[in-house]
Amino acid sequence: MGSPQERKRIYIVLGVFGTLALITPFLDLFLQSLVTEILIFGLLAMSLDILLGFTGLASLGHAAYFGVASYASAIVMTKKSWVITYAMYTGASEAGLGLLFLFFVGILVAFIFAAFFGFLAIRAKDVYFLMITLSLAMVVWGLAYRWSAVTEGDNGIIINERPTLLGMSIAEGLPFFYFTLVVFLLCLGALYVIVQSPFGRTLVGIREREERMEMLGYNIWLHKYLAFIIAGTFSGVAGVMWTLYNLFVSPPDVELITSAEALFMVALGGPATLVGPVIGAAIIRSLQQFVSIYVERWPLILGSIYIITIMVSRLYGVDGLLGFAKKFRSSSAASEKSES
Amino acid sequence: MISLSFANVIELSFNSLSYAALLFLLASGLSLIFGVMRIVNLAHAAIFLFAGYISLEFYNIIYGDASILPRIIQALAWAALYFAWHSLSKVSGEGRATLGILGAYIVIEIITSTIWGFNFYELFFPVIKVQKIDKVSFLALSAAIAVSVVMVALGGMFIERFFLRRFGQDTLAQVLVTIGFAFILQDGSLYTWGGDNFIFESPWPFNSSAVIGGISFPLYRLLMIIIAVLVGISLFFGIDRTRLGAIMRATVDDPEMARGIGINTNIVSMSIFAIGALLAAIGGVVGGAFFGVYPGLDFEILPYAFAVVIIGGLGSLVGAVVGSLVVGFMENFGTALFPELSYFALFAPMAIILAIKPTGLFGKG
Repeated sequence: MGSPQERKRIYIVLGVFGTLALITPFLDLFLQSLVTEILIFGLLAMSLDILLGFTGLASLGHAAYFGVASYASAIVMTKKSWVITYAMYTGASEAGLGLLFLFFVGILVAFIFAAFFGFLAIRAKDVYFLMITLSLAMVVWGLAYRWSAVTEGDNGIIINERPTLLGMSIAEGLPFFYFTLVVFLLCLGALYVIVQSPFGRTLVGIREREERMEMLGYNIWLHKYLAFIIAGTFSGVAGVMWTLYNLFVSPPDVELITSAEALFMVALGGPATLVGPVIGAAIIRSLQQFVSIYVERWPLILGSIYIITIMVSRLYGVDGLLGFAKKFRSSSAASEKSES
Repeated sequence: MISLSFANVIELSFNSLSYAALLFLLASGLSLIFGVMRIVNLAHAAIFLFAGYISLEFYNIIYGDASILPRIIQALAWAALYFAWHSLSKVSGEGRATLGILGAYIVIEIITSTIWGFNFYELFFPVIKVQKIDKVSFLALSAAIAVSVVMVALGGMFIERFFLRRFGQDTLAQVLVTIGFAFILQDGSLYTWGGDNFIFESPWPFNSSAVIGGISFPLYRLLMIIIAVLVGISLFFGIDRTRLGAIMRATVDDPEMARGIGINTNIVSMSIFAIGALLAAIGGVVGGAFFGVYPGLDFEILPYAFAVVIIGGLGSLVGAVVGSLVVGFMENFGTALFPELSYFALFAPMAIILAIKPTGLFGKG
């Protein structure tokens, strides 16, 4: 696709994930599970990037769609008193399609929530958009926390085992990692195609100059709404993966802090880059795992990282780590040019 | 559905009113900060909790075994640090001065911790041993409010001056920086005062209940209502009837014009942020005898504060009153009548109000 530069970037990304696929079997179990977790949160952050980076809409409720998909897949697997869904799930599992059924349910629920919430939220602008997405996510959190007949409230839902993938077991860490990697790459590919398409370019146009795009005859509302649904649906995929990975769903998965963390991953890695948020997720999640082993004060460090990152990026005008790399490269290219 | 008797309804209404009073103290500051500065302050509930902890330490200094000495040393240590940095940076520039001081700190830390087994950083961040204080006088409560208010207002000015001001209307930066501060305040409190749950005793004569017609009314809740009403009235008159209030309103309506006629809008924004934090601090100290203080309380009550300002309208004082009442009654009656869906009943109308009128019921513009 596109320019040689763009092709080079694709090769780099594929190379990185290919290397990851090759070396992960030689890592210990802790690292394998960390890499899997990074891929799942990377997918969440990447889906938010469609909204924040490409469309310029800061949503403070992205964990809601992640959470509803997570809860939906967990409920389908464990809720025996819901006869119809449970029968459908067990039937699908016996046919070896249990996993596909879970994805179907999770993505569908995330899609429905995103379609409904997006309908309410898209009209609002800037800080009001942020507030309305926040309060919609609080509705979901309130249900997860208090509606214990369905969600088990504060205790969360525990899942006993992962369903099989067409008869193959993904119960062990390594097969599950490969499964996650495949899902991740499929989503990355799909999101890449979306942002490279005319639709994706229009989103960027709306981010840059909304009035001008409106004058040119684009339907702004519809474009934003579709971006919202796409972002919500893909975070639903991450939600189902999270249920399968963790085998446990609880209200903290839906809360404000998770939404803010997803926002931060995007801001840290570099908005409007797709892979940037994944880098952000990798940094935050691995720091969390390693730092909390050695130091008690992880939230203190996390808070400082938030503040320092934002201060540095805003004061020096760089957009996250990839933005920093880009600036570095362009300045060195400029100096090369001036030398020659 | 559970049916309620008349006595239940009276009792629940009283509880709702007192809960609403506390919510008003918490949310009016959030609403003020948003209305004037368009800042979504996610650290607001953390400030509320932090003020509660300050009053806990204050009670411990007055009644308990805690000493004020670590705090005096802390102030001197920070002053010395600033003085050293300031004079070094005159000689060799700010960057080198910072690096030099960091290097000196690491050397001192290694020496003190290996030779005397003493962590040098505890001079700057002392750990305070606190315990539950059983008897608190009304005077001590008032003094605790005063102390917390001053501390928190100063802290708020610091945050606004050195951090938030630099972002202008960059919502994403505001959100992430304030949540960063929320994490730091939360974990800093845990470090300084430990993780126990402390609930304060109500001061005499508010530690008893008035029994009227077989229904008991805890007097402390009455005090909460009185304080909220007093704060609300002074806010209203302060904003609506005084010269300072006029300057504030001018800054909100047209910052450029306000600057043009010689108003220093930077100082105004800093003061507004300090006042917002101060209101949360009053709530935090008063709420200490209601919620108690414990790690995690901040993120538990933050959703309520948002519900209040969203329902009432961001930046409107009347809205904050109405929002607090709505949320207070919804929470108490909702939990009594349909516990499972009470959050849904609270947050769903809020989302719908926002979708129809993004500025909230009483919000402008």
